[in-house]
Amino acid sequence: MNAYLHLWLIPLLPFAGFLINGILGRRLPKSLVTTVALLAPLAAFGVVLNAALSVFGTISAATTLPFIETCPLPWINAGVLHVDFSFVLDQLSLVMLLVVTGVGFVIHVYSVGYMDDDAGYARYFSYLNLFLFFMSVLVLAGNALVMFVGWEGVGLASYLLIGFYFQKKSAADAGKKAFIVNRIGDVGFLFAMFLLVANFGTLTFTEIATKLGQAPGWQGGVVTVIALCLMLGAAGKSAQLPLYIWLPDAMEGPTPVSALIHAATMVTAGVYMVARTHVLFDHSPFALGVVAIIGAATALFAATIALVQNDIKRVLAYSTISQLGYMFLACGVAAYSAAIFHLVTHSFFKALLFLAAGSVIHAIGGEQDLRKMGGLRKKLPVTFWTMTAAVFAIAGFFPFAGFFSKDAILYAAFLQGTSGKILWFVGLLTALLTSFYMFRLWYMAFMGESRSENLHAHESPWSMRGPLVILALLSVCGGWIGLERFGNFLAPSVGARAAEGGSAHLELILSIVAVAVALEGWLIADKLYRRKPERPAQWAAALPGGYKLLVNKYFVDEFYGATVVKPLLAFSRFFLEWVVDVGILGGAAWLLGGVATFAGAILQHWQSGNLRSYAAWLAAGAAAVLLFLLVPWATVLATLPAIHLGMAGH
Amino acid sequence: MSPLFSQEVPLSWYLLLSAALFSLGIVGFLIKRNLITVFMSIELMLNGVNLSFVTFAHQWHAVKGQIFVFFVMVVAAAEAAVGLAIIIAVFRARATLAVDRIDLMKL
Repeated sequence: MNAYLHLWLIPLLPFAGFLINGILGRRLPKSLVTTVALLAPLAAFGVVLNAALSVFGTISAATTLPFIETCPLPWINAGVLHVDFSFVLDQLSLVMLLVVTGVGFVIHVYSVGYMDDDAGYARYFSYLNLFLFFMSVLVLAGNALVMFVGWEGVGLASYLLIGFYFQKKSAADAGKKAFIVNRIGDVGFLFAMFLLVANFGTLTFTEIATKLGQAPGWQGGVVTVIALCLMLGAAGKSAQLPLYIWLPDAMEGPTPVSALIHAATMVTAGVYMVARTHVLFDHSPFALGVVAIIGAATALFAATIALVQNDIKRVLAYSTISQLGYMFLACGVAAYSAAIFHLVTHSFFKALLFLAAGSVIHAIGGEQDLRKMGGLRKKLPVTFWTMTAAVFAIAGFFPFAGFFSKDAILYAAFLQGTSGKILWFVGLLTALLTSFYMFRLWYMAFMGESRSENLHAHESPWSMRGPLVILALLSVCGGWIGLERFGNFLAPSVGARAAEGGSAHLELILSIVAVAVALEGWLIADKLYRRKPERPAQWAAALPGGYKLLVNKYFVDEFYGATVVKPLLAFSRFFLEWVVDVGILGGAAWLLGGVATFAGAILQHWQSGNLRSYAAWLAAGAAAVLLFLLVPWATVLATLPAIHLGMAGH
Repeated sequence: MSPLFSQEVPLSWYLLLSAALFSLGIVGFLIKRNLITVFMSIELMLNGVNLSFVTFAHQWHAVKGQIFVFFVMVVAAAEAAVGLAIIIAVFRARATLAVDRIDLMKL
């Protein structure tokens, strides 16, 4: 007997917070706004914890997964298509929910300090709660359509929060860019749903899995198309090649937003979606290969850009894209549990990196340029030490969280035959770059001497330091659970594929190689940014072409601008605006107005204001009606054809 | 109708009288300038119609027509009360009762 878990509360609590702060926020005292904004995610986290404890059997009899909760009212009932508003709690969504509500709550707390003196305090928290609402809908979704609701919703919340400082043109533009690029991916998701309905007659994940399970020989074909469409959606949401361009610009939003939405949770929705629909990918080796290649290529590509960025948040943004590439690489070699494992640890250390970066930015008055920082180690000790934990975690040092998950991915890739070795090598190279650029950031921000007049640097309030410490602990310990236990737990949701040719021995060697590579990255950074700080500039001068390419991010934005944006704009300006809008729509409106004006100009003469003329028209009208009634129409009409025929006869 | 009553005034006479009254009312309404005369013309039209009602009620032995006449009379009485009040108000405002000159909807 399953205990009722009240899953519906998880999204609705933050939604209530959104409504309260969104509608009344400006009139409520600030302390009340804070209380509502923090209670909503905390209560949601409590519901998730209750569910988790009930799953593990500590409270009552263990709940068996998957646990399904369906809205009693039908949602869509159209012919063969039957869609319910249903939530599913299984191992996968449970892990994801713990991350979303847990890290989400911590970041809410941090925001209290970070946004303290912002005029849009209530608006900020209402958006943040709205995001949690949609994100938990996305995670809990039992079918693709409910997931799509959450998927679009988090896109909306992301748009609102990127453009939070909408008075700034760059922020408003970044919001639009994120929204529009995401729409391109969403087209893929939509097409995947159409194809699912057409070929499977259902959008429910478990039913799709059952139908595919009944036909084990069904490979490729339409399944490949569906999987690739889903991957397009995932690439949009999770900022993978070729749709990654919105994420670096998304850094225009407040820093806690970058931590929550653009690092820890929303951007991992694509990975989650691939894991959720993994049966489709499992039936299409080609689609899996595409996922792996996109993941590996993105990981390397973004890491190279991160090498030379000078904006602290942009380094982290490209690092996020790169780490998401790792997760897709893991999905592509069907190591879904490794992907989710990395998702979880990444959400800890990347949220921490962003929050620590936010603490730095907050401390030195909004400066984000690494070149103007330096020497902050002593002024911001808590920020420094927590940031250090995160840097070691993302670089993959033992025993930090990132080591375990990154190692799991590289190991899974290595076992995938010859192509897997290439993927492994790309992953390793990326690990080297990752370690380098993270330590570069670390040295530039915290080590050496201060490079500008930021004497007023001060440590952040406790509401900001507390979350840093919590996330630092998680970044250190989060990986200790180990892939094996984690994978076994997730196995009922994402399947477990026995890796061939693996051994503990091989795994150990690969781990040592990975740590050695991370160490190498650290040493290079140490040399370039501590011992010989003049070197980077010399290298940049020696390789002007390559440096320019990286600083300008491979000119991808310019390329898209010339090939997509400009032609579209030209088409909109000349065809849509002048022909369709001004010509057809405007013309029709003018025509209608013209006819009415013309008719009015004629008819106005009847409106003379003269009582007797009205009376005369009235009498004439009555007389006309009477005359009309007196005419024997039936007889008249009967004679008409005769006249006509008679005339034709002559 | 039985031959015994053939000495009665024929139906058509009543109707002709009714039509004449109604037409006089219309003509009066259209050509007279004084608002009170116009008002009286309306009464004339109403009474022309009343006469037709009564005639047909008698002809078809249907009481409905007579009841209708009562209604028309009641309405006409109410109308006279309200109408005369309006006419007085108009006269006070404009110092004239010529309909040609009362052609604005505002004072």
